[in-house]
Amino acid sequence: MRVLAAMSGGVDSAVAAARTVAGGHQVTGVHLALSRTPTDDRVGSRGCCSLADSHDARRAADVLGIPFYVWDLSEQFQAEVVEDFLAEYGAGRTPNPCLRCNERIKFAAMLDRALALGFDAVATGHYARLEDGLTGQSLHRAVDLAKDQSYVLAGLTAAQLGACLFPLGDTVKSEVRDEAARLGLRVADKPDSHDICFIPDGNTQAFLGQRLGAAPGEVIDASTGQAVGSHEGAFGFTIGQRRGLRLGRPTPDGSRRYVVDVDIAAHRVTVGPAAMLDVTRIRAEQPNWCGPALDEPRSLGVQVRAHGEEVPARVVVDSDGFVAELATPLRGVAPGQSAVLYDGTRVVGSGSITRVPAPVG
Amino acid sequence: MPLWTGSGVGAAAGRSGRGPQARSASLECSVMHYMDHAAATTLLDCAREAMMEALSNSGNPSSLHAPGRAARRSLEEAREQVAGALGVLPAEVILTAGGTEADNLAVKGLWWARTASDPQRRRVLASPIEHPAVRDAVRWLGDHEGAQVQWLSVDHQGRVDPAQVVDELRADPDGIALVAVMAANNEVGTRQPVEELAQVCTEVGVPLHVDAVQAVGSVPVDAAGPATLALSAHKFGGPRGVGALVVRRGLPLVPLTHGGGQERRLRSGTQDVAGAAGLAAALTHVIADLPVQATRLTDLRDRMVAGVVAQVPDVVLNGAPSGPGRLPGNAHLSFPGCPGDTLLMLLDAEGIAVSTASACAAGVPEPSHVLVAMGVDPALATSSVRLSLGRSSRVEDVDALLGVLPGVVARARAAGDIHARPANGRAVPAQPVPAQAVPAGR
Repeated sequence: MRVLAAMSGGVDSAVAAARTVAGGHQVTGVHLALSRTPTDDRVGSRGCCSLADSHDARRAADVLGIPFYVWDLSEQFQAEVVEDFLAEYGAGRTPNPCLRCNERIKFAAMLDRALALGFDAVATGHYARLEDGLTGQSLHRAVDLAKDQSYVLAGLTAAQLGACLFPLGDTVKSEVRDEAARLGLRVADKPDSHDICFIPDGNTQAFLGQRLGAAPGEVIDASTGQAVGSHEGAFGFTIGQRRGLRLGRPTPDGSRRYVVDVDIAAHRVTVGPAAMLDVTRIRAEQPNWCGPALDEPRSLGVQVRAHGEEVPARVVVDSDGFVAELATPLRGVAPGQSAVLYDGTRVVGSGSITRVPAPVG
Repeated sequence: MPLWTGSGVGAAAGRSGRGPQARSASLECSVMHYMDHAAATTLLDCAREAMMEALSNSGNPSSLHAPGRAARRSLEEAREQVAGALGVLPAEVILTAGGTEADNLAVKGLWWARTASDPQRRRVLASPIEHPAVRDAVRWLGDHEGAQVQWLSVDHQGRVDPAQVVDELRADPDGIALVAVMAANNEVGTRQPVEELAQVCTEVGVPLHVDAVQAVGSVPVDAAGPATLALSAHKFGGPRGVGALVVRRGLPLVPLTHGGGQERRLRSGTQDVAGAAGLAAALTHVIADLPVQATRLTDLRDRMVAGVVAQVPDVVLNGAPSGPGRLPGNAHLSFPGCPGDTLLMLLDAEGIAVSTASACAAGVPEPSHVLVAMGVDPALATSSVRLSLGRSSRVEDVDALLGVLPGVVARARAAGDIHARPANGRAVPAQPVPAQAVPAGR
């Protein structure tokens, strides 16, 4: 097969490319330039966009002896991921930009271009498995559950998954690093990326404040209805958030307070005790099915964060999406997050959480 | 037709083959049809031999003992050869580590020397199509040294109008520190009226710097006309990393590097003796052979362009038409709807090496400033590739290009459509992917 290997400059995508080469495929490496004004060097632990990363990817391709190019998808990334990120936060929702990037950039813009150019598939360093099923390839959790990235791939359609290779899905990260070292890839010891790549210093709140402007308002205590603090913009807060609230007045019993509601229109952030964060019912819209669409109520697992826990739920599909009745309450669920449905290790599909029942109180 | 041929990776290597020495990188060049001679051209045998001979002596040309004298002799013989080939004096040849350094020495060195002798001279006139080595040096003078930079205009073929320069010089002869116009453009191959400009500049006493990196060895160049003239060895069959600045005798120039005072105190640092020998041998050879090659490459280039036009009727040849106004081996073509970087990649996969001539450090393509200055639409500008033929180019190379071009252009257009499409909504693969075509990950 003719395979396009997406190479971020990190160890995972380098080993994924190496394994694709070893599998006998004709491999071409591509680094996606996602920022128009890349910084010279790595900042923090971010995993893409910098010139140093582009260089690392190029060196890995050299070692593998494969052709290598840089594709400029910065305009699409700005429009589809960064602007969306800002718009979502501005509307009081909590988006996952990595999921969005996979859905719109890596497995849309890049994949489409690759197929048009005559490639058969795209290989990436994501930790997820693809298994052949009756209806094409199905997406599964990675063997290394600590690194599992099936959550951020749950926006992919069956057709997109059909043109993907995830060569690292059956391997644990430490083995990937060992393999990189054995292959002579200099990225073997490169640190993992954790941050949002377009917020290099990791300060999401400052980034949002800078881009969206100040919109000051009050922080209200849900139990008393009184103002307990102020803020520079409600969009900077996420349901379930505890840190950075700068509340002047402590609770009478000294218990911790969490953000339990964000009302962008009223510039109001509501805080309350942890118990108020418990959610037992989630509604999600704009569903994507990674395989056959769900057509009858099912008992499935639900996960609402990239590295969150999976909880059992009864999932019922309707015309707009699905509703999940959770058997175990989830804490801190915000509109805009993706609810990903699992059947065992298999990803059934995903939807964007639209409504979470208002906290009692 | 394979998408990629000639990779150094063994297709049979299984997973067990992932050992330390399983697949070392192939440094062998797999390109079969090289059409990027404007970037670097093949090292000539005579240059390689001259360098090998010079490398056998490890002396420092500044040393006074026998090995030093031998190195100095090689160096000075090379300088004399260069001067002879260019029709200038040996003392006027300043050896550098390439064209970029020569351009920087000229632009900044002239600025500092001229403003030191008369602080009123604060204007710098430069063409808008200069190579970054001149363009960014001039910009730097504007940003950091208070230079008043004026970018001249060019016509749609990318040619400077000498009348504009004459008007500026005559109107303000005492306010202009220097003028910089290249001999021939590196992207579109358009030659500039530098001989005419050199004459006018000499008359009014304003130094002209000519970046002749693309011209030397390809077309006749009057190195004695301008105040300074830059050249680079790897553009005409010499080694990479060696160049020269021809500096008119007696012209004040402030050095960029200070140290041992080599190269008439204009370029301190121990000289690259082997590089100088390679440069001199290559230059001597190409100057002697210039008329023959210029005619041959003009014919070959015209045949290539005619073939491309026959296959892709909407292709646009940028720059001057074939003839004395254009470098012999250069063809700069825009293929509407085909991203230039995609064309490059597809041709690379077919073993044909071309350039988009616009890569930055991260490899992100920008519309070429040359094409923008010529008034080319930015979308068309990013749909361009430069095909540059050279000494080793044969009709087989042209035929190979023409053989694959229709398919390559069709594919690039398909990919270009996707690129241009606003990416809203969930994308669906552009072509069906057969399920059996995707086995397990490796």
